[in-house]
Amino acid sequence: MKILSLNFLTCAVKACKSSSASYPLHPKDAELVQDDIELNPQLLVNLMPRIDWSALSTTATELGFPALPAQPPTPEELEADEQKLKDLHNLLMQTQIMEGKLVCGNCGHEYAVREGIANFLLPSHLV
Amino acid sequence: MLPTPDTSHVSYERIYEPAEDSFLLLDTLSTPRETAFLTSRFRNEPLPLVLEIGPGSGVVIAFANAHAQLLFGTREILTAAIDVNSYACAATNTTVGKAASEHASTHGTYLGTAQGDLVAPLRDGAVDVLIFNPPYVPTPELPRWPTATDMVTSVANPSFQDDSYLLSLSYAGGVDGMEITDRLIESLPRVLSPKGCAYVLLCAQNKPEEVKHRIRGFGDQWRVDMVGSSGKQAGWEKLQIIRVWRE
Ligand SMILES: [Zn+2]
Repeated sequence: MKILSLNFLTCAVKACKSSSASYPLHPKDAELVQDDIELNPQLLVNLMPRIDWSALSTTATELGFPALPAQPPTPEELEADEQKLKDLHNLLMQTQIMEGKLVCGNCGHEYAVREGIANFLLPSHLV
Repeated sequence: MLPTPDTSHVSYERIYEPAEDSFLLLDTLSTPRETAFLTSRFRNEPLPLVLEIGPGSGVVIAFANAHAQLLFGTREILTAAIDVNSYACAATNTTVGKAASEHASTHGTYLGTAQGDLVAPLRDGAVDVLIFNPPYVPTPELPRWPTATDMVTSVANPSFQDDSYLLSLSYAGGVDGMEITDRLIESLPRVLSPKGCAYVLLCAQNKPEEVKHRIRGFGDQWRVDMVGSSGKQAGWEKLQIIRVWRE
Protein backbone atom coordinates (compact mmCIF):
# COMPACT_ATOMS: atom_id res chain seq x y z
CA MET A 1 0.00 0.00 0.00
CA LYS A 2 1.28 3.40 -0.98
CA ILE A 3 1.94 5.98 1.77
CA LEU A 4 -0.62 8.10 -0.07
CA SER A 5 -3.31 5.60 1.06
CA LEU A 6 -2.93 6.91 4.60
CA ASN A 7 -4.42 10.22 3.41
CA PHE A 8 -7.79 8.45 3.06
CA LEU A 9 -7.69 5.90 5.88
CA THR A 10 -8.68 6.13 9.52
CA CYS A 11 -9.54 3.83 12.41
CA ALA A 12 -12.35 1.38 11.58
CA VAL A 13 -13.85 1.72 15.07
CA LYS A 14 -17.00 3.82 14.75
CA ALA A 15 -16.46 5.71 18.00
CA CYS A 16 -13.00 6.84 16.83
CA LYS A 17 -14.28 8.61 13.70
CA SER A 18 -15.21 11.77 15.61
CA SER A 19 -11.84 11.99 17.37
CA SER A 20 -9.06 13.97 15.66
CA ALA A 21 -6.58 11.58 17.33
CA SER A 22 -7.72 8.75 15.01
CA TYR A 23 -6.09 10.45 11.97
CA PRO A 24 -3.58 9.89 10.59
CA LEU A 25 -2.93 6.29 11.57
CA HIS A 26 0.60 5.87 12.91
CA PRO A 27 2.91 3.37 11.19
CA LYS A 28 4.81 1.12 13.59
CA ASP A 29 7.65 -1.30 12.80
CA ALA A 30 7.05 -0.49 9.15
CA GLU A 31 9.03 -2.24 6.42
CA LEU A 32 9.07 -0.10 3.29
CA VAL A 33 9.87 -0.80 -0.34
CA GLN A 34 10.52 1.75 -3.07
CA ASP A 35 8.90 1.20 -6.48
CA ASP A 36 10.53 2.71 -9.52
CA ILE A 37 7.94 5.05 -11.01
CA GLU A 38 8.55 7.84 -13.49
CA LEU A 39 8.28 11.29 -11.95
CA ASN A 40 5.27 13.26 -13.20
CA PRO A 41 5.60 16.86 -11.92
CA GLN A 42 2.13 17.95 -13.08
CA LEU A 43 0.50 15.02 -11.28
CA LEU A 44 2.21 15.97 -8.02
CA VAL A 45 1.24 19.62 -8.38
CA ASN A 46 -2.38 18.63 -9.02
CA LEU A 47 -2.31 16.17 -6.13
CA MET A 48 -1.39 18.81 -3.52
CA PRO A 49 -4.97 20.06 -2.89
CA ARG A 50 -5.98 16.46 -2.02
CA ILE A 51 -3.30 16.04 0.62
CA ASP A 52 -3.80 16.70 4.32
CA TRP A 53 -0.38 18.31 4.69
CA SER A 54 -0.01 18.22 8.45
CA ALA A 55 -1.02 14.54 8.54
CA LEU A 56 1.47 13.77 5.78
CA SER A 57 4.19 15.63 7.71
CA THR A 58 3.48 13.48 10.75
CA THR A 59 3.62 10.29 8.67
CA ALA A 60 6.83 11.30 6.89
CA THR A 61 8.59 12.01 10.19
CA GLU A 62 7.33 8.79 11.79
CA LEU A 63 8.65 6.78 8.84
CA GLY A 64 12.07 8.46 9.05
CA PHE A 65 11.78 10.62 5.93
CA PRO A 66 13.24 14.16 6.00
CA ALA A 67 10.88 16.62 7.72
CA LEU A 68 8.43 18.36 5.38
CA PRO A 69 8.15 22.16 5.42
CA ALA A 70 5.44 23.54 7.71
CA GLN A 71 3.32 24.75 4.80
CA PRO A 72 2.49 22.81 1.62
CA PRO A 73 4.36 24.13 -1.42
CA THR A 74 2.43 26.33 -3.83
CA PRO A 75 2.18 25.04 -7.43
CA GLU A 76 4.82 27.59 -8.51
CA GLU A 77 7.22 26.61 -5.71
CA LEU A 78 6.80 22.93 -6.44
CA GLU A 79 7.26 23.29 -10.21
CA ALA A 80 10.45 25.26 -9.65
CA ASP A 81 12.01 22.95 -7.07
CA GLU A 82 13.25 19.70 -8.51
CA GLN A 83 14.44 18.36 -5.16
CA LYS A 84 11.05 18.99 -3.55
CA LEU A 85 9.34 17.23 -6.46
CA LYS A 86 11.68 14.24 -6.13
CA ASP A 87 11.16 14.03 -2.37
CA LEU A 88 7.38 14.15 -2.64
CA HIS A 89 7.37 11.70 -5.54
CA ASN A 90 9.48 9.32 -3.51
CA LEU A 91 7.29 9.62 -0.43
CA LEU A 92 3.84 9.58 -2.03
CA MET A 93 4.21 7.62 -5.25
CA GLN A 94 7.16 5.25 -4.84
CA THR A 95 7.04 4.17 -1.21
CA GLN A 96 4.91 1.22 -0.11
CA ILE A 97 4.37 -0.14 3.38
CA MET A 98 4.79 -3.91 3.08
CA GLU A 99 4.87 -5.09 6.71
CA GLY A 100 4.20 -3.59 10.10
CA LYS A 101 1.26 -2.02 11.88
CA LEU A 102 -0.96 1.02 11.64
CA VAL A 103 -1.91 2.34 15.06
CA CYS A 104 -4.94 4.44 15.99
CA GLY A 105 -3.94 7.38 18.19
CA ASN A 106 -7.36 7.38 19.84
CA CYS A 107 -8.14 3.77 20.83
CA GLY A 108 -4.63 2.35 20.40
CA HIS A 109 -5.80 -0.49 18.17
CA GLU A 110 -3.05 -1.85 15.91
CA TYR A 111 -3.97 -2.87 12.36
CA ALA A 112 -1.53 -5.39 10.92
CA VAL A 113 -0.01 -4.87 7.48
CA ARG A 114 1.16 -8.04 5.74
CA GLU A 115 2.48 -8.31 2.21
CA GLY A 116 1.36 -4.75 1.57
CA ILE A 117 -2.23 -5.37 2.71
CA ALA A 118 -3.56 -3.67 5.84
CA ASN A 119 -6.20 -5.63 7.74
CA PHE A 120 -8.95 -3.36 9.07
CA LEU A 121 -11.25 -6.16 10.21
CA LEU A 122 -11.88 -5.63 13.91
CA PRO A 123 -11.61 -8.22 16.67
CA SER A 124 -15.06 -9.26 17.85
CA HIS A 125 -14.90 -7.14 21.04
CA LEU A 126 -14.55 -3.96 18.96
CA VAL A 127 -17.20 -4.68 16.29
CA MET B 1 -14.95 -2.67 -26.45
CA LEU B 2 -11.97 -2.10 -24.12
CA PRO B 3 -9.96 -5.20 -23.22
CA THR B 4 -10.94 -7.05 -20.02
CA PRO B 5 -8.12 -7.40 -17.45
CA ASP B 6 -6.40 -10.78 -17.23
CA THR B 7 -7.44 -12.72 -14.10
CA SER B 8 -5.87 -16.07 -15.02
CA HIS B 9 -3.79 -16.02 -11.79
CA VAL B 10 -6.89 -15.95 -9.51
CA SER B 11 -7.94 -19.03 -7.46
CA TYR B 12 -11.66 -19.26 -8.03
CA GLU B 13 -12.17 -21.85 -5.28
CA ARG B 14 -11.99 -18.99 -2.77
CA ILE B 15 -12.41 -15.81 -4.85
CA TYR B 16 -15.48 -14.82 -6.86
CA GLU B 17 -14.94 -15.51 -10.56
CA PRO B 18 -15.75 -12.62 -12.92
CA ALA B 19 -19.28 -13.24 -14.19
CA GLU B 20 -22.16 -11.50 -15.96
CA ASP B 21 -22.44 -8.94 -13.12
CA SER B 22 -18.73 -8.03 -13.32
CA PHE B 23 -18.91 -7.64 -17.10
CA LEU B 24 -22.05 -5.51 -16.84
CA LEU B 25 -20.07 -3.11 -14.62
CA LEU B 26 -17.23 -2.94 -17.18
CA ASP B 27 -19.71 -2.33 -20.01
CA THR B 28 -21.60 0.31 -18.04
CA LEU B 29 -18.53 2.26 -16.93
CA SER B 30 -17.31 2.43 -20.54
CA THR B 31 -20.59 3.57 -22.15
CA PRO B 32 -20.39 7.01 -23.79
CA ARG B 33 -22.98 8.23 -21.29
CA GLU B 34 -20.94 7.27 -18.22
CA THR B 35 -17.54 8.31 -19.57
CA ALA B 36 -19.08 11.70 -20.44
CA PHE B 37 -20.59 11.95 -16.94
CA LEU B 38 -17.34 10.99 -15.18
CA THR B 39 -15.17 13.17 -17.38
CA SER B 40 -17.24 16.32 -16.93
CA ARG B 41 -18.01 15.73 -13.26
CA PHE B 42 -14.37 15.41 -12.20
CA ARG B 43 -12.73 17.68 -14.80
CA ASN B 44 -11.94 20.34 -12.18
CA GLU B 45 -11.45 18.05 -9.19
CA PRO B 46 -7.88 17.19 -8.24
CA LEU B 47 -7.24 13.45 -8.65
CA PRO B 48 -10.59 11.83 -7.83
CA LEU B 49 -10.41 8.65 -5.72
CA VAL B 50 -12.08 5.68 -7.42
CA LEU B 51 -12.69 2.99 -4.83
CA GLU B 52 -14.15 -0.46 -5.32
CA ILE B 53 -15.71 -2.34 -2.43
CA GLY B 54 -15.46 -6.12 -2.74
CA PRO B 55 -13.28 -6.31 -5.87
CA GLY B 56 -12.89 -10.13 -5.67
CA SER B 57 -10.58 -10.96 -8.60
CA GLY B 58 -9.97 -7.23 -9.09
CA VAL B 59 -11.27 -7.26 -12.66
CA VAL B 60 -13.41 -4.10 -12.30
CA ILE B 61 -10.98 -1.82 -10.46
CA ALA B 62 -8.13 -3.06 -12.70
CA PHE B 63 -10.27 -2.06 -15.69
CA ALA B 64 -11.07 1.39 -14.27
CA ASN B 65 -7.41 1.98 -13.41
CA ALA B 66 -5.99 0.66 -16.71
CA HIS B 67 -8.41 2.70 -18.82
CA ALA B 68 -8.41 5.89 -16.73
CA GLN B 69 -7.66 8.02 -19.77
CA LEU B 70 -10.71 6.67 -21.62
CA LEU B 71 -13.17 6.60 -18.71
CA PHE B 72 -12.20 9.88 -17.03
CA GLY B 73 -10.52 11.76 -19.86
CA THR B 74 -7.35 11.90 -17.75
CA ARG B 75 -4.80 9.56 -16.20
CA GLU B 76 -4.90 11.68 -13.06
CA ILE B 77 -7.14 9.47 -10.93
CA LEU B 78 -6.37 7.49 -7.79
CA THR B 79 -7.70 3.95 -7.46
CA ALA B 80 -8.01 1.62 -4.48
CA ALA B 81 -10.16 -1.20 -3.13
CA ILE B 82 -11.33 -2.85 0.09
CA ASP B 83 -12.29 -6.52 0.33
CA VAL B 84 -13.21 -8.66 3.33
CA ASN B 85 -11.31 -11.62 1.86
CA SER B 86 -7.51 -11.32 2.13
CA TYR B 87 -6.98 -13.61 -0.88
CA ALA B 88 -9.12 -11.24 -2.94
CA CYS B 89 -6.98 -8.29 -1.76
CA ALA B 90 -3.81 -10.03 -2.96
CA ALA B 91 -5.45 -11.12 -6.24
CA THR B 92 -6.64 -7.56 -6.85
CA ASN B 93 -3.11 -6.19 -6.40
CA THR B 94 -1.88 -8.61 -9.07
CA THR B 95 -4.78 -8.00 -11.48
CA VAL B 96 -4.42 -4.22 -11.26
CA GLY B 97 -0.64 -4.43 -11.73
CA LYS B 98 -0.91 -6.67 -14.81
CA ALA B 99 -3.59 -4.53 -16.46
CA ALA B 100 -1.66 -1.32 -15.75
CA SER B 101 1.52 -2.70 -17.31
CA GLU B 102 -0.46 -3.70 -20.41
CA HIS B 103 -1.90 -0.18 -20.66
CA ALA B 104 1.18 1.82 -19.74
CA SER B 105 0.03 5.03 -21.40
CA THR B 106 -3.56 5.19 -20.07
CA HIS B 107 -3.56 3.91 -16.47
CA GLY B 108 -4.18 5.84 -13.24
CA THR B 109 -2.40 5.70 -9.87
CA TYR B 110 -3.27 2.60 -7.83
CA LEU B 111 -2.85 3.03 -4.07
CA GLY B 112 -3.52 -0.53 -2.95
CA THR B 113 -6.21 -2.77 -1.54
CA ALA B 114 -6.98 -3.10 2.16
CA GLN B 115 -8.87 -5.84 3.96
CA GLY B 116 -11.93 -4.51 5.77
CA ASP B 117 -15.65 -4.31 6.30
CA LEU B 118 -17.10 -2.20 3.46
CA VAL B 119 -16.12 1.47 3.96
CA ALA B 120 -15.29 1.17 7.69
CA PRO B 121 -11.62 2.30 7.42
CA LEU B 122 -12.33 5.31 5.18
CA ARG B 123 -12.35 8.95 6.22
CA ASP B 124 -15.49 11.00 5.76
CA GLY B 125 -15.93 12.37 2.25
CA ALA B 126 -12.92 10.42 0.93
CA VAL B 127 -14.52 8.73 -2.08
CA ASP B 128 -15.29 10.32 -5.45
CA VAL B 129 -16.38 7.22 -7.36
CA LEU B 130 -17.47 4.16 -5.41
CA ILE B 131 -18.09 0.87 -7.22
CA PHE B 132 -19.87 -2.04 -5.55
CA ASN B 133 -20.79 -5.44 -6.97
CA PRO B 134 -22.37 -6.74 -3.76
CA PRO B 135 -23.28 -10.14 -2.39
CA TYR B 136 -26.81 -9.80 -3.81
CA VAL B 137 -28.26 -13.32 -3.78
CA PRO B 138 -31.20 -13.66 -1.34
CA THR B 139 -30.28 -16.23 1.34
CA PRO B 140 -32.13 -17.36 4.49
CA GLU B 141 -29.36 -15.83 6.57
CA LEU B 142 -26.04 -14.06 6.21
CA PRO B 143 -22.81 -15.96 6.68
CA ARG B 144 -21.16 -15.06 9.99
CA TRP B 145 -19.39 -11.78 9.31
CA PRO B 146 -15.62 -12.25 9.72
CA THR B 147 -13.54 -10.57 12.41
CA ALA B 148 -9.80 -9.99 12.55
CA THR B 149 -9.00 -13.28 14.27
CA ASP B 150 -11.16 -15.43 11.95
CA MET B 151 -9.27 -14.31 8.93
CA VAL B 152 -5.87 -14.98 10.47
CA THR B 153 -6.82 -18.58 11.20
CA SER B 154 -8.29 -19.08 7.77
CA VAL B 155 -5.23 -17.77 5.96
CA ALA B 156 -2.85 -19.85 8.07
CA ASN B 157 -4.69 -23.08 7.44
CA PRO B 158 -7.03 -22.99 4.45
CA SER B 159 -9.50 -25.82 4.14
CA PHE B 160 -12.40 -26.61 1.88
CA GLN B 161 -14.74 -25.30 4.57
CA ASP B 162 -12.86 -22.01 4.72
CA ASP B 163 -12.93 -21.72 0.94
CA SER B 164 -16.67 -22.24 0.70
CA TYR B 165 -17.13 -19.79 3.59
CA LEU B 166 -15.03 -17.14 1.78
CA LEU B 167 -17.02 -17.68 -1.42
CA SER B 168 -20.31 -17.37 0.48
CA LEU B 169 -19.24 -13.89 1.62
CA SER B 170 -19.04 -12.88 -2.03
CA TYR B 171 -22.62 -13.81 -2.95
CA ALA B 172 -24.87 -14.33 0.12
CA GLY B 173 -26.98 -11.22 0.67
CA GLY B 174 -29.49 -12.29 3.35
CA VAL B 175 -33.07 -10.93 3.24
CA ASP B 176 -33.92 -9.77 -0.31
CA GLY B 177 -30.18 -10.12 -0.98
CA MET B 178 -29.94 -6.59 0.42
CA GLU B 179 -28.50 -6.88 3.94
CA ILE B 180 -24.94 -5.96 2.91
CA THR B 181 -25.95 -3.56 0.12
CA ASP B 182 -28.23 -1.66 2.51
CA ARG B 183 -25.33 -1.16 4.92
CA LEU B 184 -23.20 0.20 2.06
CA ILE B 185 -25.97 2.49 0.82
CA GLU B 186 -26.51 3.87 4.33
CA SER B 187 -22.83 4.80 4.47
CA LEU B 188 -22.85 6.74 1.17
CA PRO B 189 -23.72 10.14 2.72
CA ARG B 190 -20.69 9.74 5.00
CA VAL B 191 -18.03 8.53 2.58
CA LEU B 192 -18.90 10.23 -0.71
CA SER B 193 -17.30 13.60 -1.45
CA PRO B 194 -19.71 16.43 -2.41
CA LYS B 195 -19.19 15.53 -6.10
CA GLY B 196 -19.01 11.82 -5.30
CA CYS B 197 -21.06 9.14 -7.03
CA ALA B 198 -21.59 5.42 -6.55
CA TYR B 199 -22.22 2.58 -9.01
CA VAL B 200 -24.07 -0.27 -7.33
CA LEU B 201 -25.22 -3.50 -8.95
CA LEU B 202 -28.70 -4.82 -8.08
CA CYS B 203 -30.60 -7.92 -9.16
CA ALA B 204 -34.37 -8.14 -9.66
CA GLN B 205 -34.89 -9.88 -6.27
CA ASN B 206 -33.29 -6.89 -4.52
CA LYS B 207 -36.49 -4.88 -5.25
CA PRO B 208 -34.58 -2.15 -7.10
CA GLU B 209 -37.47 0.33 -7.14
CA GLU B 210 -37.65 0.24 -3.33
CA VAL B 211 -33.88 0.68 -3.13
CA LYS B 212 -34.03 3.77 -5.36
CA HIS B 213 -36.88 5.15 -3.28
CA ARG B 214 -34.82 4.75 -0.08
CA ILE B 215 -31.87 6.58 -1.67
CA ARG B 216 -34.07 9.48 -2.84
CA GLY B 217 -35.26 9.65 0.76
CA PHE B 218 -31.76 10.79 1.82
CA GLY B 219 -32.74 14.32 0.76
CA ASP B 220 -33.62 16.65 -2.09
CA GLN B 221 -30.17 16.69 -3.61
CA TRP B 222 -29.87 12.90 -3.98
CA ARG B 223 -30.27 11.37 -7.44
CA VAL B 224 -30.38 7.76 -8.60
CA ASP B 225 -30.63 6.41 -12.15
CA MET B 226 -30.39 3.03 -13.79
CA VAL B 227 -27.34 3.38 -16.06
CA GLY B 228 -26.85 -0.22 -17.19
CA SER B 229 -28.88 -3.44 -17.32
CA SER B 230 -28.85 -6.96 -18.68
CA GLY B 231 -31.43 -9.68 -19.29
CA LYS B 232 -35.17 -9.19 -19.00
CA GLN B 233 -37.25 -11.48 -16.77
CA ALA B 234 -41.01 -10.95 -16.90
CA GLY B 235 -40.43 -7.36 -18.00
CA TRP B 236 -37.85 -6.61 -15.27
CA GLU B 237 -34.10 -6.28 -15.68
CA LYS B 238 -32.35 -9.34 -14.24
CA LEU B 239 -29.33 -7.23 -13.30
CA GLN B 240 -28.98 -3.49 -13.27
CA ILE B 241 -26.43 -0.88 -12.31
CA ILE B 242 -27.64 2.20 -10.51
CA ARG B 243 -25.67 5.40 -10.29
CA VAL B 244 -26.18 7.41 -7.08
CA TRP B 245 -25.05 11.03 -6.82
CA ARG B 246 -25.92 14.46 -5.45
CA GLU B 247 -26.87 17.53 -7.48
ZN1 LIG C 1 -9.41 3.83 17.01
